[in-house]
Amino acid sequence: MQLTCPMPKLDFDVITLGHGSGGTLTHKLLEAGVFDLLKNPLLDTHHDGAILNLTGKTAFTTDSYVISPPFFPGGTIGELAVNGTVNDLAMCGAIPRYLSLSFILEEGLTMSEFWEVLVSIKTAADRAGVQIVTGDTKVVERGKGDRIFINTAGIGTLHPKADISVGCVQPGDKLIVSGNIATHGMAIMSVREGLEFETSLQSDTAPLNHTVQTLLDEFGPSIHLLRDPTRGGVATVLNEIARDRNSGAARIGIDIQQASLPVLEEVAGACELLGLDPLYVANEGVFLAIVAADVAERFVGRLQTLPYGESAAIMGSITTEHPGQVVLTSRIGGRRVVSMLVGEQLPRIC
Amino acid sequence: MKHLSEYRDPDQVDQYVQEIHRTVTRPWTIMEVCGGQTHSLVKNGILNLLPESVTMVHGPGCPVCVTPVNLIDKAVYLAEEKGVMLCSFGDMIRVPGSGRSLLEAKAGGADVRILYSPLEAVRLARDNPNREVVFFAVGFETTAPANALSVVQARQLGLTNYSILASHVLVPPAMEAVMNDPDTNIQAFLAAGHVCTIMGTGEYAPLAERYRLPIVVTGFEPVDLLHGILMTIRQLERGEHKLENQYTRVVRAEGNPDARRVIDQVFEVVDREWRGIGTIPRSGWEVRRELARFDANRKFSVSIPKVPECSDCIAGLVLKGIRKPNECTEFGTRCNPERPLGAPMVSSEGACAAYYHFSSALSDCVE
Repeated sequence: MQLTCPMPKLDFDVITLGHGSGGTLTHKLLEAGVFDLLKNPLLDTHHDGAILNLTGKTAFTTDSYVISPPFFPGGTIGELAVNGTVNDLAMCGAIPRYLSLSFILEEGLTMSEFWEVLVSIKTAADRAGVQIVTGDTKVVERGKGDRIFINTAGIGTLHPKADISVGCVQPGDKLIVSGNIATHGMAIMSVREGLEFETSLQSDTAPLNHTVQTLLDEFGPSIHLLRDPTRGGVATVLNEIARDRNSGAARIGIDIQQASLPVLEEVAGACELLGLDPLYVANEGVFLAIVAADVAERFVGRLQTLPYGESAAIMGSITTEHPGQVVLTSRIGGRRVVSMLVGEQLPRIC
Repeated sequence: MKHLSEYRDPDQVDQYVQEIHRTVTRPWTIMEVCGGQTHSLVKNGILNLLPESVTMVHGPGCPVCVTPVNLIDKAVYLAEEKGVMLCSFGDMIRVPGSGRSLLEAKAGGADVRILYSPLEAVRLARDNPNREVVFFAVGFETTAPANALSVVQARQLGLTNYSILASHVLVPPAMEAVMNDPDTNIQAFLAAGHVCTIMGTGEYAPLAERYRLPIVVTGFEPVDLLHGILMTIRQLERGEHKLENQYTRVVRAEGNPDARRVIDQVFEVVDREWRGIGTIPRSGWEVRRELARFDANRKFSVSIPKVPECSDCIAGLVLKGIRKPNECTEFGTRCNPERPLGAPMVSSEGACAAYYHFSSALSDCVE
């Protein structure tokens, strides 16, 4: 990302322990630009917390961002933090409103790096239509962090037509993926130390809330479940759904079709070379939707016209067979169980 | 990857499947030697496309699975006690030793790095002259040329801080070990295509003759595997036992002479212990004596007491194809990928993990 706001003139160029002390240096850091950059009436009170005026059902989420490296093709840890929190709220059927941000900075982080993150946060928050209303900054000694960690919380008001829970999922429902999978994970892998490979891949980190809101406006309770398959990828989230819905009377399994899975050719190629399965690779600007069968075709058609939805596809369906399990029909017609990821996905030797 | 699509073509696959069904008249048991083939068979769901009377047995060709516990203990020791930068291929680091795995050592603060190439480890050694860098050189004949090349390169660069902990194993002696077991029921082999790419096919014709069974050098894509299985079954049905090469687009009879030269330069054949199987004569490579300074075993004079393997693990029987993973009483219960009792449950190429991940409770997917 390009710096679009000039960095303020400061008498320091690296973060030191003092910037997290709460004293003069902390104030210098905040007053020098953070407050101005993220400016809104709630933040401008500079109070210990934000006073919100909420009515009706409210969604509340939290997340931490520790991505390595913090600057990657297509984004920064700051954009990821905003988009990730916004998307978690959107997956609940909520309209994201307010975010908190806590930074844990490692001593020695340059001010220009921190500024780049802040600007990306501002841009992402504007794009998603959310406000940063409270926050915190701590600094840890060199070697005790990895340049920058961000913790967030997010609050959103529930969409009036939303009725989203794993309990709503019914046999016969269709499983829809909103876009190409595994792009984010492979873009990050391409710049990891020791694994660098040449590619033009960019992370697809994006706020999905506006797209989801339009779909909720039009399809309401026919949308039974929304999930963003971030860590652990599509396979892990589908296994969670199959397991969560596997208690009580209506036990379900999930069938997926390998041939229907949208994967960029470059991503598929990189996965193949590195011995990784795209089903387990992390995503950012992608969501899974389980919708009533009778709206599935229209839902996908509409999604394909909305931002970040052009590659949307029906990738599977909910079944009463093999309860608790996700079963993939391969491109050649063979079937296999897709299990949950154990530990970290590790590259194979040969 | 476009060039691969023709080897994944559903119509072509269907033709081979039909032809296999037409050809088979009685039960046959075929071992695919290579873990990469096991992975592809289960990942693509090929096993449940085959006739019920064809049994595929997953062989000992997963390097992660057959690396002895003692060697993993050595790697952990070097990382933890000697402070070396221990570099390894990814799936090796989760394999349990007698105590900790490399992953656990890493969590405890040891410097363990996952690399895709040993040449990357040479670069690390060059860039960190004050650190000892050790590459955990595991694998069959396929990874040996790059591992050997790393030693050649380190010598050319005059590095004194680079060495490899070699645990190379060889496929033909393992096939002999399987056939010499009186309990074996293997009637044919799919030989490992990529191993033959390096080594050629010369060693296999005598094996086919001695044990009077078909050996078909086979690739890894669905069309390759089904074609290889069909060629094997045709031989079995006709009562033939010869060496054939399905993977002609990659494998030449003489292999890759350049790769073999660099292997000869760095390694010599030795007896080698295989996890779960025991010692197989002349079944591995270690660094030549004259290059001892690049051999972590000799350089650090590591001596780790041998610990007996878990007695509940039937890895040896599984690796020789005598028992199936799901015939083990510990399978999926005490032994699972999160807490493996034995190595075949660790790597996704391991027979037990392959069963667990891809077909555990889907009864119609596995015979």
